[in-house]
Amino acid sequence: MIWDWDWTMEILPDLLTQGLLVTLQATLGGAVLAFVLGLFVALLRRSRRSYISRPVGAISEFIRSTPLLVQLFVLYYVMPDFGVRMTALTTGIIGLGVHYASYTSEVYRAGIDGVPKGQWEAAIALNLPRHWTWISVILPQAVRRSLPALGNYLVAIFKESPQLSIITVVDVIGLARELGSERFRYLEPMTIAGLFFLLIAIPASILIRRMERRFDT
Amino acid sequence: MITINPCSAELPGALGETMPFLCDGTVITLQSAIGGSVIAIAIALPVGLMATSRHRRARAVARVYMEFFRGTSVLVQLFWLFYAMPLLTGFQLDKIFAGVLALGLNLGAYGSEVVRGAVRAVPRGQREAAVALNFSPFQRMRYVVLPQAFVEMVPPMNNLLIELLKATSLLSAITVADLAYEGRLLVNSGSDQLIVFALLLVIYFLLSYLITLLMRFVERRAARVVGRERPRRRAARTVEAAR
Repeated sequence: MIWDWDWTMEILPDLLTQGLLVTLQATLGGAVLAFVLGLFVALLRRSRRSYISRPVGAISEFIRSTPLLVQLFVLYYVMPDFGVRMTALTTGIIGLGVHYASYTSEVYRAGIDGVPKGQWEAAIALNLPRHWTWISVILPQAVRRSLPALGNYLVAIFKESPQLSIITVVDVIGLARELGSERFRYLEPMTIAGLFFLLIAIPASILIRRMERRFDT
Repeated sequence: MITINPCSAELPGALGETMPFLCDGTVITLQSAIGGSVIAIAIALPVGLMATSRHRRARAVARVYMEFFRGTSVLVQLFWLFYAMPLLTGFQLDKIFAGVLALGLNLGAYGSEVVRGAVRAVPRGQREAAVALNFSPFQRMRYVVLPQAFVEMVPPMNNLLIELLKATSLLSAITVADLAYEGRLLVNSGSDQLIVFALLLVIYFLLSYLITLLMRFVERRAARVVGRERPRRRAARTVEAAR
């Protein structure tokens, strides 16, 4: 067997604490940003003023059609030229958040479309102001409908977070590459890092599928 | 009539400096996208059908494959194939081949789910009618179920192909000279960052748009084959991300 157990034991704690911590930070940060931003994008796309809804729609379509990696390059290399300095991790979180906001906005849109028409009519009958209709009637129902799909995107963001290692964030994969390059031996660190992703993503997606079934009924 | 070659070095200013390189990258990106989608589709069809099989074991094999490759991202699989596997098995894959293989295996898993869903969405009556007409199981699949399932498959496949195109940019991390790699190289050698990255984004966007146009054409053809005049309104373009 060519698997080096001693080295495995030596690097496992680092990968588990240091690396996984950064991955989780990036995931949670990116997800929160994506969920909040996505809601605003969904609302703006529904705006009755076409000079708002059209450009927002076009931009989010553009972001969804281009690779996250290139967007990260733009944030990481170009933003400093405009005087915006951020750590690599912050840059990565913003990149993940903005990229996935273009996906989550579609989720919210479907959620909003799914609210029965009667709810709108009831709000009109009660003479609720429009913004109040949104806040207290439509959005609570729409967001509840969107939750399972948003959960899927949480897992997706978690799985895509290794791309941040390319802009020098030292997450699980970044750390695995670093450790591997010290010895020119990538088998152990990469395999461990890959297993982490499987061990977290598979139970998470099973959980979400269950949640989906419950929300269906 | 004047035709302008977008790849020529004689374009004015920064365009002339960068476009020849970006065009080389675009060719590699397209090649890996096509290679990846061929592998992905070649995997998705049999595995997706296996997932709808009556045999428990066939379903289990399909499930394990799908869960495994959807549980980690392309980048992790790519790094593992390229960096870790050579130590374990003793042979090193060519970097482009490793990249295309990782793309195909990963997107194949998502594609299997699409195939499975589409096959299961074919109404029961269609199968029963085929049985009543004394079709063999193969004929049932080939002439009744698959043509109808195919129409349902096309819109989600469109999304997956765009995801695949976007994922090809990750091959730059193992130094495949694709579009993203060439762009980074140009920036490192002193070209204007803003222009290079803007061009990159525009080229990727145009390629995605090309895929969408192509798939719309395929969808119309497929709908006509099974006698549906107009395809149903396409669903919102959300990709099944992580199920």
